[in-house]
Amino acid sequence: MANAVFGIPATLPGFPAGVRRLWRDANGVQRTALLVAVLLLIVAAFAPYIAPHEPTAQSLIARLRPPIGFDRYKDGYLLGTDELGRDVLSRSLYGLQLTLILAALGATIGLLLGGALGLFAGIAGGIVDDFIMGAVDAQIAIPFTLIALLMLAIFGSSIEVMVLVLGLHGWEQYARIVRGEVRRLMAMPFIEAARAAGASGGRIAFRHILPNTVSPLVVQFTLSISNIVLVESTLSFLGMGVQPPTATLGSMVGIGRDYMPTAPWIVVAPALMILLVTFAVQILGDWLRDRADVRLRGR
Amino acid sequence: MLRHIARTLVKMIVTLFVIVTLVFFTTRLSGDPIDYVVGQGITQEDRELLTRYYGLDASVWVQYLRFLGSFVDGQFGLSFVERRPVADIVAERIWPSLQLLLAGISLTIVTAVPLGILAAIHRNSWIGSAVMSIAFVGYAIPNFVLAVFMVLVFAFTLNWLPVVGNGTPWHFIMPTIALSGALIAALTRFTRNAMLDVLSQDYMRTARAKGLPESVVILKHGFSNASITILSVLGLQIAGLAAAGNVVVEAIFAWPGIGDLLVNAAILRDFPVLQFAVLVVAFAVIIVNGAIDIAYAFADPRIRLGRA
Repeated sequence: MANAVFGIPATLPGFPAGVRRLWRDANGVQRTALLVAVLLLIVAAFAPYIAPHEPTAQSLIARLRPPIGFDRYKDGYLLGTDELGRDVLSRSLYGLQLTLILAALGATIGLLLGGALGLFAGIAGGIVDDFIMGAVDAQIAIPFTLIALLMLAIFGSSIEVMVLVLGLHGWEQYARIVRGEVRRLMAMPFIEAARAAGASGGRIAFRHILPNTVSPLVVQFTLSISNIVLVESTLSFLGMGVQPPTATLGSMVGIGRDYMPTAPWIVVAPALMILLVTFAVQILGDWLRDRADVRLRGR
Repeated sequence: MLRHIARTLVKMIVTLFVIVTLVFFTTRLSGDPIDYVVGQGITQEDRELLTRYYGLDASVWVQYLRFLGSFVDGQFGLSFVERRPVADIVAERIWPSLQLLLAGISLTIVTAVPLGILAAIHRNSWIGSAVMSIAFVGYAIPNFVLAVFMVLVFAFTLNWLPVVGNGTPWHFIMPTIALSGALIAALTRFTRNAMLDVLSQDYMRTARAKGLPESVVILKHGFSNASITILSVLGLQIAGLAAAGNVVVEAIFAWPGIGDLLVNAAILRDFPVLQFAVLVVAFAVIIVNGAIDIAYAFADPRIRLGRA
């Protein structure tokens, strides 16, 4: 998953030497972001082994206890407990895991859906192209939060629906990128050569065009991971996302908001974790974009 | 020029029609809407009565035509929860939302444009990188996290600012900042990039060679040319960002606007309100985009004189 999320294969054909080159090119901030991202992935992947408690285990005698270093701290609950006596650290770790899984699934669905539609529009052209690009324009015109709220109200808030909703996020960006690349490449001599050699439309699409669109797609994929984390946290924060007792980082902030005057730590831990994720992924995304886009070099 | 405007208008109308249709049919996927009105334990007669009352006894196609007709006669149906006309409920929410949006966009323009110009002029010094770092941070912080931290500090710890409602000017401070955070970051980046493109043009060198003061060169020759690009971005990106941000910020601060209404309608599954509010926001975004597209055409002599 780490490779898929951070796009290492696309920019680094020879892995060990490539990793070294990438590391050498990075500045301090980018290196830190890379380390934080890897750390977050490891922590999320091993959440069940790291978390000191079950995320849903309640303890009514240990409710609203503060983190270590404060009065009334309860042993074994490093970041304190929430309104039901659940361990904030454990819930944050499981929440991080679910948030990242949802983001990875959502971004992958968006990539496949948008990529396929863009490829189709670009190769077919004509009315198919007009139709698909019309849908892209409509999608760009409506803020995604509205679509998500509508869909979640209609289909109910479950993890499955959430994956579908997040999968719809950003498909139009992939579609535009792929279509643009396809249109550009279709005019290239090597496509004409392939066609003259008798290659079928499908063969041209998958063998000659798709590999050339990988680099911009990887950049978009990385950036969309961070956007999807934001969308998912926002929806869960508003109470429309994943439902209790299952925690994502956003829903922890949303529910903890009611206890903020007396127990701010319930909100602070997951909120900081959201920031870590979005910062790390955004920095990596910008970095990959700058590397991929020659026009931006030196800016 | 006229062709450009006509094409923009046709495109807007097609997009609006597609959105209306999509919103109508996805809402029908929720099953029998009457279930959300009545809940459990209602007699069959009452159920049928209510179904007729809300006009849900007709076929889907008739309902769709009626829905399209409601844009002509203004009868958008009744809220499932409040039992009053949806149009009234949404109408009284529009002004508070506009107030917040105007405050947010004003703050965005007065901070982001100078910051962007500054970052472009000083692109190779620490000032430029400092501005861009701040812009980056603003972009990566979700507005609800920003809002929550502000509430924690300024409302609960320092007791300076109120949290709920829109009663006094003090109520505007936190929602406006929460709304503008991401907008300022985005617009600063765009302004900087637009300025960088302009600064390397030949006419800038000419202006300097004429001996004009640097401030005139930057603002009159530089910024007025960059402002066309910035204007188009303001429409495309900022309108969408602001509409989405408004939903979240209003819900957090219980601001009595359309965003707050939307979230509550989604939670209560009040479909007539949800459907209508989504359409109002989508229409607003599309109309603003279209208007800016046309304004862009007026501002750009290449389009105005019909050469492009």
